[in-house]
Amino acid sequence: MNTRPIAAGILTDEQPPHLIGGRDRETGRIVFPMPVGTEGEAFEPVPLARSGTIWSWTVQRFPPKSPPYAGPEPFEPYAVGYVELPGEVIVESRLTGFTFDQLDCGLPVQLTTVPFGTAADGAALHTYAFGPAA
Amino acid sequence: MSKACIVGIGIHPFGRTDGMTGLDMGAAAVRSALADAGVRWGDVQFAYGGSDSAGNADTMVSRLGLTGVQFINVKNGCATGGSALFGAASMIGAGEYDLGIAVGFDKHPRGAFDPKPAEWGLPDWYGETGLMLTTQFFAMKIQRYMRQFGISPETLGRVAEKSFRNGARADHAWRRTPVDLETIMHSQMVSDPLTKYMFCSPAEGAVALVLASEKRATAMGGPIIRLEAAAMRTRPPASFEVFAPSVDIGGGTATATRLASAAAFEAAGIDPGDVDVAQLQDTEAGAEIMHMAENGFCADGEQEQWLAEGRTELNGALPVNTDGGCIACGEPIGASGLRQVYENVVQLRGAGGARQVPGDPKVGYTHVYGAPGISAVTILSR
Repeated sequence: MNTRPIAAGILTDEQPPHLIGGRDRETGRIVFPMPVGTEGEAFEPVPLARSGTIWSWTVQRFPPKSPPYAGPEPFEPYAVGYVELPGEVIVESRLTGFTFDQLDCGLPVQLTTVPFGTAADGAALHTYAFGPAA
Repeated sequence: MSKACIVGIGIHPFGRTDGMTGLDMGAAAVRSALADAGVRWGDVQFAYGGSDSAGNADTMVSRLGLTGVQFINVKNGCATGGSALFGAASMIGAGEYDLGIAVGFDKHPRGAFDPKPAEWGLPDWYGETGLMLTTQFFAMKIQRYMRQFGISPETLGRVAEKSFRNGARADHAWRRTPVDLETIMHSQMVSDPLTKYMFCSPAEGAVALVLASEKRATAMGGPIIRLEAAAMRTRPPASFEVFAPSVDIGGGTATATRLASAAAFEAAGIDPGDVDVAQLQDTEAGAEIMHMAENGFCADGEQEQWLAEGRTELNGALPVNTDGGCIACGEPIGASGLRQVYENVVQLRGAGGARQVPGDPKVGYTHVYGAPGISAVTILSR
């Protein structure tokens, strides 16, 4: 796959990739994304589980203001949700591979990636998303 | 510490006012509040004021008069007005001064807010990929809540229907036409489960309050409306708040609102059951429902029955958002929290006209909520 993540530090390099969270070195609390800079010194990077369940969801039916939004034109509504990764953390994510009327709290989902525009250097970009569990 | 009294209130109508800046509206609200209190700008010993995106409050001295007054700017997101009030009340409580003002104003462009990720300590990709929208947060919070506690979409619709009905009776409201339940339920879906008429919109407006010590308020005559408590809190662990790329497992039970509410009730020495009228943050209809429980007025899930029975109507057991709240008034961030206090003063004075809560209300409660998980509560008594 000749494409790279929309930002460094979100996804591991392996195939299939994992989201990279941050584990608080003192409390063990896990956050996403891994904090950077001086804030990040208190955390160690940790690959997050690839499977979880939908904790909540909605559909973004109007185009977000741009900037900051940098999604493809023309705008197509997209699903977003929070996905509970058991024992780790609940992460916010795009949801893909569902019709909107299929979405429900508790649905099992699995990490995947979706294309997300191109970089200034012409490289194709992707971001993370959760889709139906295999 | 002695408690401050609110002796004057002024508002510039919410909505859109072409040709006036936010500062113009703020100054208009101050003049109106001074007239209501029967004092002059020259009598004002200090001021706290702020807006989120309409300029520096202290520059309104050029409009109000160069009296050399101490004027402190506040910028605290959705709690800007509440924080200005907290500052002013503390100043009087400490005995530093005995007459001052709190003013909040704002003027936002049309459409949803467009926050910059870096200003919230978030990475750029969070905004670029379309995850950083307050509308999404509120939709997902109520989506889960409805599932957990059995709240129906119709109950969301009933909240909005009440907002427009009350707003039609409030001179300062923006949306002043009633909208029926069917229209609300069948309007455009914005962020499931919330339709267009269930959301408030960013708007414009300004509110000013004149505060005095109890001694001075007594000398001025008129009803004594005391600020029993003003509390502002930030988010606790395991909360689910706006602009959160991740949430702790078990998140959503603790909230900034629960903390602020508990602190305010304790400071005031009263219980939720003592409250006669409440203004609760209603960024959208679901927020009003969830905030009824988070502020201690009902248990999770009871809202379904409360709304069906009309218990939050003007003539209900606990009237909520008597001027139509944010849904009817819109949300100028810096002014919104003070609008709620303004409305409670109107109600406690018995000056609400067509929207007056019956039964001579004595205790009024206000609650604002906003990014990144902050909440401010006030309790007034007469």
